[in-house]
Amino acid sequence: MSQFLPDPVLSVRNLRLGIGKRYEILHGISFDILPGETYGLVGESGSGKSVTGLAIMGLLKRPLSVTGGTIHFQDRDLLKMHPRERRQLRGDRIAMVFQEPMTALNPLVTIGRQIAEMFVIHRGMGWPEARRKAVEALESVRVPAPEERAHAYPHQLSGGMRQRVMIAIALACRPDLLIADEPTTALDVTVQAGVLELMAELCRAEGTAVLLVSHDLGVIANMCQRVGVMDQGRLVEEQDTRNIFTNPLHPYTRGLLAARPRLGSRTPGQRSRLIELDEVVNAKDRGRDMPTLITPRGPQLAPETRA
Amino acid sequence: MTAPLLEIRDLKVHFNLPRQSLLGPRRVLRAVDGVNLTLHEGECLSIVGESGCGKSTTALTVMGLQEPTSGEVLYKGKPLNGPGAPSRKQRARIAQMVFQDPYASLNPRQTIGSTLLSQLKLHGLASGSEAQDRVAAMLKRVGLQPDHARRFPHEFSGGQRQRIGIARALMLDPQILVLDEPVSALDVSIQAQIINLLMDLQETLRLSYIMISHDLSVVEHVSDRVAVMYFGHVVEEGDWHSVFTRPTHPYTRRLIGSVPDAEAILTGARGVPDGVAIPSGRSFSPDISIRRDPGQSSEPSALVPVGSDHRVRLAI
Repeated sequence: MSQFLPDPVLSVRNLRLGIGKRYEILHGISFDILPGETYGLVGESGSGKSVTGLAIMGLLKRPLSVTGGTIHFQDRDLLKMHPRERRQLRGDRIAMVFQEPMTALNPLVTIGRQIAEMFVIHRGMGWPEARRKAVEALESVRVPAPEERAHAYPHQLSGGMRQRVMIAIALACRPDLLIADEPTTALDVTVQAGVLELMAELCRAEGTAVLLVSHDLGVIANMCQRVGVMDQGRLVEEQDTRNIFTNPLHPYTRGLLAARPRLGSRTPGQRSRLIELDEVVNAKDRGRDMPTLITPRGPQLAPETRA
Repeated sequence: MTAPLLEIRDLKVHFNLPRQSLLGPRRVLRAVDGVNLTLHEGECLSIVGESGCGKSTTALTVMGLQEPTSGEVLYKGKPLNGPGAPSRKQRARIAQMVFQDPYASLNPRQTIGSTLLSQLKLHGLASGSEAQDRVAAMLKRVGLQPDHARRFPHEFSGGQRQRIGIARALMLDPQILVLDEPVSALDVSIQAQIINLLMDLQETLRLSYIMISHDLSVVEHVSDRVAVMYFGHVVEEGDWHSVFTRPTHPYTRRLIGSVPDAEAILTGARGVPDGVAIPSGRSFSPDISIRRDPGQSSEPSALVPVGSDHRVRLAI
């Protein structure tokens, strides 16, 4: 079946990153994202999921740096590219949506101009034309009254609207890969549902591949086809979304799933303790690679071939 | 039924907003607009709703950190605000608060020990080695080591800091703890530990909780009673089981429906349980799902009972 699979958009191999060589934060992780696929990275804070996204974007800040491995984007090694080339790619072919839109948007510039900037920089348009495109982009993320809202500053919008603007900026140039780092964590549940739906719909329409970084297993299940579970700088398990919930293999994944309070799981007349992660996972299993559980280019190795 | 420990009666908190023009009308934000709630001893009452619905303002009023515009908060039948109200020091021994972000609420330049000790000293409850012993005992109670007292807040992990936040709140033996999003800043793996700790403490110390949260799965797990707030009003309240198994108000149903539950999504068994039939001849006002201007005055309908301990408001 492998010949039917398209080449991955993104291919991360043995990625290591840390502060110099001495303090390693990622201990060699590998995964692929296929065109149009939504790939989820879950893990707790400090597991390395966000720095993975930043490393792909090339936005790591000192003292953090990539110390080994490769990141291939459409068969070009991002890590060997000239910074100028990489800058051209960023925002155009690879875009990012951050967790906190208020800190990611420029507070002194109208949102219309911030979107228009993308067309001017990456498409070489003039400002008047770019502005018209920006209003269209606002309309596509369903911001009501886009014409007037284009003149608004970020602080004049609600959290959900700001995140829609972030998505409009990220998808302005129809990128091949979108990295979404906890895109809805700062939003209310009712707003979250709408923003996720919008993001999924726009990416599906354009065939954009998505790397979704989240700690929320519910969000991951809602959005992703495949999931990688990260713990202590290692990718400990990777599976189709359905399998990860029905048949988790790594002890850490099992612990993570068991520790969640779930809606509708409480029986009337009692209040039971929740299962704590440490009660189900041995300390020695934490962050332990289980090579058999990682199948880079996941779908190529269907369960029957792997077993 | 015994007398309630805490009663909130027709609480209103309004904020004046600046006029939009010199001669423009005075604008008022009705953050909390006529809330009635009761908390019984040993009970956990959860207030849920989206940001801006007034749930935190309600809790701050209980703590005495926000003056109500009108209405009263009664503790064992005596008012907590207005003339004859207890002093701040007396209030501190009635109710304490656990904040969402423990790091922001601890003094970074004080050791944990001195943070905990200062309360005992201020209230003249203990001094010298007795005070030290009480600090050590409290740290043990929340699952930390007595020698952690010498450390500073930055030396702890997120989960440990929330344990310290809980220890700080419990030093004066209050009867009521107001938990403002106690686990939403924590990792899934740590959340379970803190929730278990809170449930254990509630049982051993016979505490009463008012929990503010937007995480419905946590609310369902911990609460005895639930109140759903929407634009300054309680739109549905009752026993946790009736509210979660028979959510009736459209907003409650929307809230429960938007929780991303992994298994339900994958099995396709997604859906909100059926609500209770509301009394015949009445219906929910149609504009309920449209965002209203919170500054606008309104004439809410009364809460209509739909079960033995389950009430719902038809219109706000």
